[in-house]
Amino acid sequence: METPSINDLNICVATENGSGSASSNNILFKAIFKMGIPCSSKNMFPSNIQGLPTWYQIRASAEGYLSRKDVIDVMVMFNDATAAKDIYRVRDGGLILFDDSAPLPAHLKREGVQYIGVPANKLVAKLVPASPLRAKQRNMIYVGALAYLFGIDMDVIKAVLQDTFGNKPAVIESNLACIDAGYQYLKEKGATQNIARLQVIPNGNKGKIITDGNTACALGAIFGGASVISWYPITPSSSLAEALEHYLPRLRKKRDGKRAYAIVQAEDEIAAAGMVVGAGWAGARAMTSTSGPGLSLMNEMIGLAYYAEIPGVFFIVQRGGPSTGLPTRTQQADISLMYGASHGDTRHIILLPHDMNSCFDLARRSFDLADRFQTPVFVALDLDLGMNLWSSEPLKLQKEPFDWGKRLNAQQLEEWVKAGKKFRRYFDQDGDGIPYRTVPGNPHPMAPYFTRGSGHDADARYSEDEHDYKYILDRLRRKFETARKYVPKPIIEKEKGVRTGVICYGSSYEPVREARDRLKARGLKTNHLLLRALPLTSEVPEFLAEHDVVYLVEQNRDAQMAAIIKDEYPGLGAKIISVLVYNGLPVTAGELVRQILEARESAAA
Amino acid sequence: MTDVKRNRINLTEKDYEGAPSTMCRGCGHDAISASVMRAFFESSIDPRKVIKLSGIGCSSKTPAYFLGQSFGFNAVHGRMSAVATGANLANHKLLPIGISGDGDTAAIGLGNFCHMMRRNVNITYIVENNGVYGLTKGQFSATADIGSVMKGGKVNDIPAIDLAELAITLGATYVARSFSGDRKQLAPLIQGALAHRGSAILDVISPCVTFNNHEGSTKSLKYVKGHLDPIHDVDFIPPYENIEADYEEGTDHEVRLHDGSRIVLHKLSKDYDPTDKGQAITAVHAAVAEGKFLTGLIYYNPNRIDFATELDLCDTPLAELGQEDLQPTAEQLDEINASFMK
Repeated sequence: METPSINDLNICVATENGSGSASSNNILFKAIFKMGIPCSSKNMFPSNIQGLPTWYQIRASAEGYLSRKDVIDVMVMFNDATAAKDIYRVRDGGLILFDDSAPLPAHLKREGVQYIGVPANKLVAKLVPASPLRAKQRNMIYVGALAYLFGIDMDVIKAVLQDTFGNKPAVIESNLACIDAGYQYLKEKGATQNIARLQVIPNGNKGKIITDGNTACALGAIFGGASVISWYPITPSSSLAEALEHYLPRLRKKRDGKRAYAIVQAEDEIAAAGMVVGAGWAGARAMTSTSGPGLSLMNEMIGLAYYAEIPGVFFIVQRGGPSTGLPTRTQQADISLMYGASHGDTRHIILLPHDMNSCFDLARRSFDLADRFQTPVFVALDLDLGMNLWSSEPLKLQKEPFDWGKRLNAQQLEEWVKAGKKFRRYFDQDGDGIPYRTVPGNPHPMAPYFTRGSGHDADARYSEDEHDYKYILDRLRRKFETARKYVPKPIIEKEKGVRTGVICYGSSYEPVREARDRLKARGLKTNHLLLRALPLTSEVPEFLAEHDVVYLVEQNRDAQMAAIIKDEYPGLGAKIISVLVYNGLPVTAGELVRQILEARESAAA
Repeated sequence: MTDVKRNRINLTEKDYEGAPSTMCRGCGHDAISASVMRAFFESSIDPRKVIKLSGIGCSSKTPAYFLGQSFGFNAVHGRMSAVATGANLANHKLLPIGISGDGDTAAIGLGNFCHMMRRNVNITYIVENNGVYGLTKGQFSATADIGSVMKGGKVNDIPAIDLAELAITLGATYVARSFSGDRKQLAPLIQGALAHRGSAILDVISPCVTFNNHEGSTKSLKYVKGHLDPIHDVDFIPPYENIEADYEEGTDHEVRLHDGSRIVLHKLSKDYDPTDKGQAITAVHAAVAEGKFLTGLIYYNPNRIDFATELDLCDTPLAELGQEDLQPTAEQLDEINASFMK
């Protein structure tokens, strides 16, 4: 007999998508959050509207780990189509909750796990008239069953229902009736389990929020001053643009009684990027959001913006590629594509948020960087960060003045004239590679220039001259070098004397944090560097130099970030051992520990 | 010096010039540029309030050759519509003129072109249509007529896209066709387009003297001149001119534009009401069937609002808003945070 753990539990709910389980899972997750227990959720859903299997994992972690756990304690087996495999996903000694309205077929029986049945179909039939709603409400039965089994108070459930459906009393009532039916059924039956108990932690999640990275980025963009937004629907980035559509009317102050923003659903990603380029050229803070295939289509426009030096922000929520790949699964496999987007020699600034606050903060700052460097800036997320719900500290606004970069208005140009200076659009006046810029509408006679994606000289005149051409290309490289001093620095955690390092970025941060604790418990202490941007800053080679071996965790097959680091620091690159997870699922600490220990053993052998 | 003609904002025709042209000698595109300069001069438009946009190709080079005091943007092949849409949203106070070609508009950029018109983005969009890819040395474009012969003898066996018909169907609100050599008709049509608020599409037949001016071509100078079918003579009357046009009751058609200016269409051969969409499409079809180029203001819709108005954009251009306009307060973020605690 196991001793039940306290607040340490990983539940996996197997259902069909389109069956309403998003709603029941959300209630379950928020109830655990409301109890004050650190918790996270991972939604593994198909590219489909209705009928394909979907899994939702809720992890309660007394230790506060938020990454996906690869050991499943409880399987809610509510999808017949996957049941035969689902029974083996749960760990030995785990629990399977199933609908026993009909007897369990022999092939779904497995040794070493506990089965608890709840007649969901029968219960819901009594409570909900035959309708499409009945199938959805059936999922509420398992919410009640789990609440009883693990100790979620019905008052907490009621409070969550109130938060979620506050203005729809009928919905609250019908959901509550189904949840209560599941709860009461197991209570009357006297069902018990010994896996875990969920216990209220007073003030445990006090002040904490639940949100997703796409929403946090959309809010960051609004606070960063995005005013022209153009996008084309694509999973997993659509919800970023939809969050903008939701929040802009609420947050952006009206001007002249009208809207101080434009948001356009474009006809394709090429047009979306084209509108960003046009708006950025004309002086607005412009952005788009997309995912891999859309980024591919945007490449020509990105090259134009790079070469003609036009600001714009591109939010890239990465999914499983190549091609259509796994559109509803997570990956970090577009790093190379972003870094060198478009034809010809290009290099781009990429910001790499890893949690909700950095999504908000880096989204906001991306507009300053785009204006400062007059270039496309990428904010790179992945599906795990962008679409899953994360508990987080509240979003914090760093009150800083917008950096509009070297943008000259008519008055400033007049001062230049008085000082005998000439405005030269593509000339490196200050030696930092960044030229000065005017925008259309500037009435000063010196202001207008002709922007083009074809060869041009320092005065923006058409030129095919080899010196003119090379001057611009070299200055663009110089500008990129300057960017190293402006982009967010890595976050480093280190202890003296530790010679093993770990580097990661984006959504790998949480599993890496957990994996490092586990490695420490097994005697391997590690230091950590969280990359937050490209170009690389000086902290990266320093970190490599200080360690004997550095494990670089990333979610792609080809070690794309490692390639960038090795290319820039070939002497230090040999210390990197890549730890790669690219099956489309959110990274688990268990997988990282396994790979790191294996790599250590094979190095020692 | 006093005899130099000045317009109402005291500018001379020289003030509307640009860099020297690099087109082939005799190219129709240069004639169009001349009409563009004439139209801006005659309408007394401040070049500092104009933005010039184009795609890629011979035609798309020409914005460098007029209005040197305006900001210009020679973007990528076929995507000027999208770039212009973005620029228009960023600053709807500026007057956009787009110059494109038939390869740019009717082939690679067709999708973006259609959606710009569908949105009725405010722009004067001129297609310098010669039925051929000039800059890549003479391939057929999507507006080449069926049966038209390429310089090397190859015959085009795919039907042409009629850009005027497409524009009428897809929501453009001012659609004209003209000929590069007919400045008398073209300049007032451009003036009308500049006064119009919405997508104004001018399909201007502009023979390519180098690659499409031979026997067998239906876009050669000789062929086009022999097949023009003007619906009307066109007069443009700006809002400030209180003059009575040479106006015949019952036979001429007057079109009032958004800024109070007027276009007077003097009937030539047939009764024609350009606000009748059905009639416009029928007339284009009939002319194509006869192998003719119907020219004039083919379609006009005064009732649809332009995209920036549709989006209810504030009067101040978005590009001129500052942090105090754009950034919500910390208190508003607190409220959002509170909503995420539920």
